[in-house]
Amino acid sequence: MRSENYKQIQTMKNRSLISIDDFTKEEYFSVLDAAEQFERKPVQNILDGKVIATLFFEPSTRTRLSFESAVNYLGGKVIGFSDASSSSVKKGESLKDTILTVCNYSDLIVLRHPREGSARYASEVGTVPIVNAGDGANQHPTQCLLDLYSIRKTQGKLDNLDIAFVGDLKYGRTVHSLVIAMTNFNCRFHLVSPPELKLPSSVKMHIKEKNLEYYQYTDLSEVIPMADIIYMTRIQRERFSDPIDYEKVKNAYILNRGLLTNTKTNMKILHPLPRVNEINEDVDDLPQAYYFQQALNGLYVRQAILKLILGL
Amino acid sequence: MEQDKKPVKEFVVSAIENGTVIDHIPAQSVFQVIHILNLDKYGNQILFGTNLDSNKYGKKGIIKVTNKYFKPVEINKIALVAPTATLIIIKDFRVIEKKKVEIPDTIETYVQCVNPNCITNHEDVPTKFKVLDKVDSRLKCTYCEKITEKKNMTFR
Repeated sequence: MRSENYKQIQTMKNRSLISIDDFTKEEYFSVLDAAEQFERKPVQNILDGKVIATLFFEPSTRTRLSFESAVNYLGGKVIGFSDASSSSVKKGESLKDTILTVCNYSDLIVLRHPREGSARYASEVGTVPIVNAGDGANQHPTQCLLDLYSIRKTQGKLDNLDIAFVGDLKYGRTVHSLVIAMTNFNCRFHLVSPPELKLPSSVKMHIKEKNLEYYQYTDLSEVIPMADIIYMTRIQRERFSDPIDYEKVKNAYILNRGLLTNTKTNMKILHPLPRVNEINEDVDDLPQAYYFQQALNGLYVRQAILKLILGL
Repeated sequence: MEQDKKPVKEFVVSAIENGTVIDHIPAQSVFQVIHILNLDKYGNQILFGTNLDSNKYGKKGIIKVTNKYFKPVEINKIALVAPTATLIIIKDFRVIEKKKVEIPDTIETYVQCVNPNCITNHEDVPTKFKVLDKVDSRLKCTYCEKITEKKNMTFR
C-alpha cells in the first residue's frame, strides 16, 4: 500500500475538502504519503507569504490547534476566530457574507460550523478552497484521513484488517466516515454498541455494497482478542430519551487494563478524543494506547492537506 | 340513413374544454398533488376524482384543471409525489399532447430538506438534491447529505 516512490498528485490543487466521498483512494494515499514526509520533517517554510483562515463557529481543541500549528510550522500566518461571538456573526451576518469577506484576506479557509452542509455551501460561494473541519454531525474528513494515517502507520497496511468500532456508532460522525473510507480496503468490521446506538443502515449499506463482512456485538470483551484496531468512541447521555437506558449502558464500554491482557501484539487503540470515561487512564501507558499519538498525526496530515490543496 | 352509433364513453369526471388533465395519480396522492400545485387557491374550475378504477393501477386519481398549462418546475413536483402520473393537454376538448411525468436526475430549489439542522433551513440557500431513486422519490441533499423521502417531502 505504501508508495515506494512518493510522487505528489496534482488533482487536489485548489479543490475544497468537504466530504470523504469526494476523493479517490489514490488521493487518500497521496495525503498519507505527504503526511509521512512531514512526520520526518515537520518544519518547512513552504507556506511563506500564505494566510490561512481558521473560522471556528463551534468549540474545538485538537482540530483548530493542529491546523494552526500546521500553518505555523510551515511558515504561514493564521487569521480567524475560535468563537463566533467575537465576529460579525453575532450581529447577524450570514455565512455567505462571512466567507466572501474572509476569502479577500486568505488563501484557504478551514471551517467548522454547527449546521450540516455549511462547508459545501461555503465552497460554492467562496473564491478560495474550503477545508471542512466539521459541519454539525455530517462530515469531518481531516479526522478520517488522520485515522487512516494512524491505522496505516501502526499496521503497515490498510487492507485485510479486523477493525472494532466501539460505543456510539449511531451518531458518531468519525465512525461513519472511517467505516465508509475503510470499505475501500478489504477489512472486517466488528461493531460493538448498545442496541440503541447501532451503526445506521445507510452506513452498513456501504459495507454490503463492497461485499465485506461485518459483525455486531453488545459485549466488548468478545472483540478484543481478534482486533487489529479498536476504535473507541464516547457514549453521550443526551442521545438517550430514557435516562434508565443510559444508566444501563454508560459503563458497558469502558476499556481498562484488565480487559487488555489478551490482545494481538500489533493491536492499537484509537479514539478521536475527547474521551470522558470510556478509556480508563490506567490504559494510557500501555503499548496498545495510541490515541495521543493519533492526535499528533493530525498535525502531519493537516500539513499534507494544506500542501496538496495549495499545490505547493 | 341511420348514423353509426358508437358507445359514448361515460366520464366519471366531466371533460374540460381547455386545460390540463393529470391522470393516473396514485389514489392516495391526489390531495398532495392539489396541495403542492397550490390548486386549492386556483380561481378557475377544477374537477377531481379519486379511488377510481384503473386497469393498470387498481385505483387511481385524476385532476382536471381548466385553462391551466403547467410549467416544467410544476411538472417536476408532480413527478415527485405521483411518479405514475400522465399529463394530458386539452385544447377545444381535444387531446393535444399526452406525456408521462419524469423525475429529473437533480432537483433544485423547490423541495425542502428534511434535516432541520441543514444549512438550507437556516440561511437563504436554494436546496439541491441528487435523485437516488426515481420510483420511491429518494433525494440526497447536496449539502447535508441526508436523505429526503417521499413520505416526509415538503415543498418550498
